[in-house]
Amino acid sequence: MIPGTRFGAAIAALVGLCSISLSLACGKKQAPVAGTSDSAAPPPAAAAGPVTLQGSGASFPAPLYSRWFREFSDKNPDIRVNYQSTGSGAGIKAFIAGQTDFGASDAAMTDDEIKQAKDNVILLPMTAGNIVLAYNLEGVPALKLTREEYTGIFLGSIKKWDDPKIVATNPGVKLPKLDISVVHRSDGSGTSFVFTQHLAAINEKWKAGPGVGKSVNWPVGVGGAKNDGVAAQIQQTPGAIGYIEYAFAATTKQPTAQLENKAGKFVAPSLKASALALAAVELPPDMRAWVTDPAGDDSYPIVTYTWILAKKKYDDKTKADALKRMLKWSLSDGQKLSESLFYVPLPEAVAAQVLKAVDTIQ
Amino acid sequence: MADSAIKAASDPEFSQAPRAPISRPPSAWQKGFDVAFRNGAHAFGLLVVLLLAGIVFEVMRHAKTAMADYGLGFLTRSVWDANRAQFGILAEIVGTLYTSLLALFVGGFLGITVALVLSQGFVPRRVELVMKNVIELLAAIPSVVYGLWGIFVLVPAVRGPAAWLNEHFGSLPFFSTRLSGPGIFPASLVLSIMILPTVTAISREALAAVPKRLLSAAYGLGATRWEVIFRVTLPTALGGIFGALVLGFGRALGETMALAMLVGNANVFGWSLFSPGNTLAALLANHFPEAGKVEVGALMYAAAVLMLITLTVNALGSFIMLRTTRELKGLG
Repeated sequence: MIPGTRFGAAIAALVGLCSISLSLACGKKQAPVAGTSDSAAPPPAAAAGPVTLQGSGASFPAPLYSRWFREFSDKNPDIRVNYQSTGSGAGIKAFIAGQTDFGASDAAMTDDEIKQAKDNVILLPMTAGNIVLAYNLEGVPALKLTREEYTGIFLGSIKKWDDPKIVATNPGVKLPKLDISVVHRSDGSGTSFVFTQHLAAINEKWKAGPGVGKSVNWPVGVGGAKNDGVAAQIQQTPGAIGYIEYAFAATTKQPTAQLENKAGKFVAPSLKASALALAAVELPPDMRAWVTDPAGDDSYPIVTYTWILAKKKYDDKTKADALKRMLKWSLSDGQKLSESLFYVPLPEAVAAQVLKAVDTIQ
Repeated sequence: MADSAIKAASDPEFSQAPRAPISRPPSAWQKGFDVAFRNGAHAFGLLVVLLLAGIVFEVMRHAKTAMADYGLGFLTRSVWDANRAQFGILAEIVGTLYTSLLALFVGGFLGITVALVLSQGFVPRRVELVMKNVIELLAAIPSVVYGLWGIFVLVPAVRGPAAWLNEHFGSLPFFSTRLSGPGIFPASLVLSIMILPTVTAISREALAAVPKRLLSAAYGLGATRWEVIFRVTLPTALGGIFGALVLGFGRALGETMALAMLVGNANVFGWSLFSPGNTLAALLANHFPEAGKVEVGALMYAAAVLMLITLTVNALGSFIMLRTTRELKGLG
């Protein structure tokens, strides 16, 4: 035999094996989720080992959640928490179907979804984040955009970076003669929901046109998958602008635009500016608060809570207790970890209100 | 006389040996195993057919309401708006065919050329084997890796040439827009690499199956190597090569991940190679995870359309392949 063929075959076999084991690993990951609804039935056997909580949903808070759950399990070895970042919609579906113990969503839950869950659900804001407009323009380290301008860009009515309006907003900045390449999410996402909700709140044309949703009919631009896909595309494309979670822009050091807020001031995205925006909105009793257009001079305009969905009443008491301990820890000690991962810690009043709600879980 | 003497001499020997015939009726276990194996094989064969039928049935079942609601208008409109429950996949259908045809054009040309090099003794046998395996290994690279490679290597690399083409030949519809990043062109290029193993492997086999006596006859008549390749080998293997192209096309139509990452996922269609577009498979991959009930119906409708297109193309390819092999074996 020629060594080349054997070598080739070996590599092929190896790659094949890898893909098989990969798919097996994926399969394994999914399996316990489906099984949890059954495992709720025999608590005495489970009481001996650690209690396992299954959750899935939003990808935006996933880095923070996995950090929380890891640290929590280190301190409480009797409780294990598995979290899969499957996306808000999938998380809600799995929670309603009873496949998970808790869900997570950037878009809370609609009234219809709450009805599907037979009203046995409580929405708990856990952390908050801001959505930034990251851009790629050489030699433009700082950029200001008015409300009219950034909606115009995403509506496709402003097409060039040296548009007279943008030039007028940014005196002294040399804007290149370049097409604006809009980048949006290609997959359905809570991030898109929050962003379009903000655009609809400040612009009638957007409200009547693309509207609000996890995915809308974008008038312009190209779609990238997930936050990282959009971030990568912005980084790769001169003249690009797109909306991503703050953490993604902060970790990749991508410049972000200062946006005009309700008070007419330009605010750069920061955790402090977001905390101010959150404080400007009072949390209603069902805790579904949308910060579509916060007031205040220093409030950053595009901010959102993200929720964990828990049942009001669990069949398995050990599970309910474990979940309560985990949530309480996340709302107190866990909040201190938020800033290092670029999430906005809950304002104290909000955290207190959510803690009170956690106590009602049975 | 002599014959009977030999018989007589050997006969006693035979009679002395224990009467154990070489052939034995099969034992009950062997019989049972045989029957079980045959039935098992039949059952699994049937299972594959049932699986396909099941998938088609399931897709159709979910798509039924959407088909009734949107009718044929679904195929002629270009909008995907889950909020207003308005769906149409014209842009995706055209985008799927456009990217796949472009990929076929580039990948097909490359693939057939490589197959020629690998089958006509241009390179030493050792090199031939290594090259053949390397090309077949292209099929083992996961789709997502192609996608990443496209984003980080290919797109930056083609940006310069694309801008040049747009500046100088912008009046042609194919180059009428600027390449902003992902788009039809990089997607098609990656797709052409992905179909290369299929096209090369099958056309190489078709070329290698050309009977040697044909070639010898041509050489004997004084034909040069090029004449033999272009007048004898290629025309003889044409059916197989065509089948390879059709199967490659089928593969390109259904390709998902790399395209979802590279095609731009914009619900528009333009003739420009540098504009973003969308394909059916990318649409499905992007929208399924977060889709609500109505959108799932529309997605299933789109899936049914994609399935119809790929099934037709693949059936056509297999049919052509079957016919040409029969012809080459003299069964046609």
